[in-house]
Amino acid sequence: MIALLLAHVAAAGVAPALVRRWGRRAFLALAVPPAAAAVWAAVSTAAIHDGHPVVERYRWIDGLHLELGFRADTLTWLMVLVVGGIGAIVLVYCAGYFSDDEPLLGRFAANLTAFAGAMLGLVTSDDLLMLYLFWEVTTVLSYLLIGHTSELRPSRSAATQALVVTTAGGLAMLVGIVLLGERAGTYQLSEILADPPRGPLVTTAVVLLIVGAVTKSALIPFHFWLPSAMAAPTPVSAYLHAAAMVKAGIYLVARLAPGFSDVPLWRPVLLTLGGATMLLGGWRALRQHDLKLLLAFGTVSQLGFLTVLVGTGSRAAALAGTTLLLAHALFKACLFLVVGIVDHATGSRDLRVLSGLGRSLPVVAGCGVLAAASMAGLPPLLGFVGKEAAYETFLHSSAPGSTWVLVVLVAGSILTFAYSARFVWGAFAERGPRSRVVRPDAYALVGPVLLAAGSVVVGVLSTRLETLTSSYSRLWPADGHAVHLGLWHGVTPALGLSALTVLGGAGLFAVRGGVERLQAAVPTSLDAQRSYRATMRSLDRASLEVTGGLQRGSLPLTLGLILSVLVIVPGGSLLLGVTWPDEVRWWDTPAQGIVALVVLVAAYWTARSRRRLRAVILVGITGYGTAMLFLLHGAPDLALTQVLVETVSLVVFVLVVRRLPQRFSDTPPGIGRWARATLGLLVGAVMTGLALTATTVREAIPVSVDFPRAAVEFGGGRNIVNVTLVDIRAWDTMGELSVVLVSATGVASLVFLRQRFVDRARQALERTRSEMAERPPGRGVGWLARPMGVASERRSVMFEVVTRLVFHTVALWSLFLLFSGHNNPGGGFSAGLVLGLGLTMRYLAGGRSELRAALPVSPGALLGAGMVLAAGTSLVTLAFGGEALQSWIFHLHVPLLGDVHLVTSLFFDIGVYLVVVGLMLDILRSLGSAIDDQIEQESELTS
Amino acid sequence: MTPNLVLAVLVGVLFATGVYLLLARSITRALIGLLLMGNGSNILFLVASGRAGRAPIVTGHDSSGMSDPLPQAMVLTAIVITLGMTAFLLAMAHRSWQLERSDVVRDDPEDVEILRRAEADDLSDSDFVGDDLDEGTAP
Repeated sequence: MIALLLAHVAAAGVAPALVRRWGRRAFLALAVPPAAAAVWAAVSTAAIHDGHPVVERYRWIDGLHLELGFRADTLTWLMVLVVGGIGAIVLVYCAGYFSDDEPLLGRFAANLTAFAGAMLGLVTSDDLLMLYLFWEVTTVLSYLLIGHTSELRPSRSAATQALVVTTAGGLAMLVGIVLLGERAGTYQLSEILADPPRGPLVTTAVVLLIVGAVTKSALIPFHFWLPSAMAAPTPVSAYLHAAAMVKAGIYLVARLAPGFSDVPLWRPVLLTLGGATMLLGGWRALRQHDLKLLLAFGTVSQLGFLTVLVGTGSRAAALAGTTLLLAHALFKACLFLVVGIVDHATGSRDLRVLSGLGRSLPVVAGCGVLAAASMAGLPPLLGFVGKEAAYETFLHSSAPGSTWVLVVLVAGSILTFAYSARFVWGAFAERGPRSRVVRPDAYALVGPVLLAAGSVVVGVLSTRLETLTSSYSRLWPADGHAVHLGLWHGVTPALGLSALTVLGGAGLFAVRGGVERLQAAVPTSLDAQRSYRATMRSLDRASLEVTGGLQRGSLPLTLGLILSVLVIVPGGSLLLGVTWPDEVRWWDTPAQGIVALVVLVAAYWTARSRRRLRAVILVGITGYGTAMLFLLHGAPDLALTQVLVETVSLVVFVLVVRRLPQRFSDTPPGIGRWARATLGLLVGAVMTGLALTATTVREAIPVSVDFPRAAVEFGGGRNIVNVTLVDIRAWDTMGELSVVLVSATGVASLVFLRQRFVDRARQALERTRSEMAERPPGRGVGWLARPMGVASERRSVMFEVVTRLVFHTVALWSLFLLFSGHNNPGGGFSAGLVLGLGLTMRYLAGGRSELRAALPVSPGALLGAGMVLAAGTSLVTLAFGGEALQSWIFHLHVPLLGDVHLVTSLFFDIGVYLVVVGLMLDILRSLGSAIDDQIEQESELTS
Repeated sequence: MTPNLVLAVLVGVLFATGVYLLLARSITRALIGLLLMGNGSNILFLVASGRAGRAPIVTGHDSSGMSDPLPQAMVLTAIVITLGMTAFLLAMAHRSWQLERSDVVRDDPEDVEILRRAEADDLSDSDFVGDDLDEGTAP
């Protein structure tokens, strides 16, 4: 079964290419997978009906109890035949229906093929969660298919409506599935049905599942989406809205009925909704002038009929239900296809316009008449067999309310006969000047002919059908009166009712003008469509008010709102349910107190400062102070990194701030000064409270107690923080590297803006490279390699000398930090920052050409190489049978160096190093060199 | 565990000053506020992780008295990300200066428009106003 599914997926994948190549005839090739599904079902018939369902299971996600479970029993067999067979027929029909220049035909073909696959998955899944997955896939695809002509507003609107209604039901269903699955302890359908759980929770779950089925199968009060969905191209209506998608709800009810039909609420809900839908749909069909809408309301009515039958939950009703399910798929798909042909041949579907098609399109008319006769329930067609069985069932049922159900079914069938007659009369009768017709394409005729023949053949052979489907209905015990399929049971009350149906229907058809006038006169007070629109409108309204109220466009206000939530929620919990510490210490060492005081004062003056540079320097002091606190806490790695980052930040700030005015502008803020101060104090108080209580609320033993041992044994290093970064929690680091990569890219793109600036930088880099190759830096040039980026009057010999003297030492130190970081403070982060500082010195002393000479590569190359190396390490260990990012330790003997022990995570750390160096180079090149360039160009322009 | 009062108060002060600056309209000022808050939350990690101790570097078999390494690893990545973010926000400030000769964040015109609509009860862009769609309008 999974092979069939994959075939659908593959076909959908290549569909656009096929359509581009072969045009509409590509649909013939696309019909192969659904046809294969139907053939597979036909071939497996014998095995399945011997009581050996075909089962396939594949492991998927063990932790979530998800598996790919497929199971084909009798019900599935029937559905696969319908879904696959009619799917193939509709796809073949498409080959004759569309023209080669239909816009977006490739996408349409892919969606329709994928839809067939999703339906197949839905009916074969033996796992409730998977069933839900396929269920929603059909919803999404139906949205795309209904909205095929997306430039038309009614089409988009109908697609959205179908999506909203069925997804809402789908979500309710998901809740039901989870409730049911958790209660049963398994999500496997066959297991749940073998031992169905009971209880109020299960009743709730079942009702929620019914909500899903009711929305999908367009029952009252959600029936309105189906007529609107007739905006779809006709093949879509034939497949989705006759045979496949709307049957998903019926399938779900039929699937669950053997286990849950005696759950309280099941019968009352399904029988009431089904019966009411049957009557309403039939009644509304009688006033339609558009043939397609007539069929749509007819479908609504028939779906109600089917729901009553499969929802009843008895042997006889199940037999009648499955028969009618097949009958409906055959005749309704056929009728839709016929309407499509009529529409294309005459350019109209309005029964007030059409005339004389019975003579001008005899084959089409023949198919239409046969299918309509099956719909009306006339012998010897399958529709008659199904209806007869349904009458028989409720005539002899002793269940309470059966008589009422029977009355509703007879009344509904009378309506059905009347609108069937209306269809035939409207589509084919000659009532005036004959409509001009265009010959239909031969491929378009294949489907209707096959389907109409199917209605006859299966109708005649219905006793044989019973032997095939009865293993589903035999899931219920035999009750008093056995019902069998067949054309002739003798003169029975059911036959009498059939005769009554024909008479009543014919009578209703005869007074059709009166019925139409009556319908026009009676106001439809309870219009579901209107209440849907009202609901959606109030949702739009609510979202407008909420958005307008909360998101006023002012950044300070938005931030203020977020921070207020912080004050109210965590702050409130501090006041309510948290244990405060009994005692506090002032500090761990008095030195903390001194440093904290310095940071505190610096922070205060940062907030007060109106000068940009002063604020930058003061915030730098808080940063260095924080580094001191790290050191006092016993975190040398942090202290080192923080000092380096703080230094780099200062430089970066200065590089940008040189372009901005000295003082902060005095534009009125979004929030007043006092309000900001108050909110600041409140947030500060909450954070202090969190800091004080954080230690007391701790319950579990920290995970890090095992880190020292793990670091040495598995990580092969003694610096636990570094081993944590490159091994124990390496995935976090990997995520962080991506963030760094993204922000570096962001910086570059905000500064370079256009491709030509990037090209300029690249050309400059290449120029520097070739110059260096020709003329290696040496005597006569000066202290630096290429110090021409700085105007001669601003050059400082002292700075150049110092840079020359320390740069190589700095670079060497950086390498030392990188390689020793596994056992001592250091590692890729700090090492990269150190090299970055060295580069900063070169840039400040010699300008942008010096920066290029110092490291003549593009930052992108470094960032990319670093990321590849880090990710590559994980893949290599995976390739050699380890876990991703697992460390391996090698002991090597290297001449001169002695014994070296090499840990594979070193390569990860080198990746980190490269990314950090890349970030630094990117910052210097963007915020330094590129801005220098812009300043120069501007001064050239002004001078 | 007894919490460290000085550091806890310092966290509060850094957040208070940070929030005050963050709510300003100038990008640079807001960024400086964010840096203060960043320092504050890094210190919060220290306070929450318990007592000060030896550096978390294994020297013998005894690992008692060592400061907790896990929060340190987290803070370390936070520090480097802060650098990346600083550079990004500064690039934004620069761009804003290039475009408007100011690094002040103005009100978002889209949001202002939504607010105007909400106040005027203007639902004109809703798909569900009026009833142009009666039951099924097939093309």
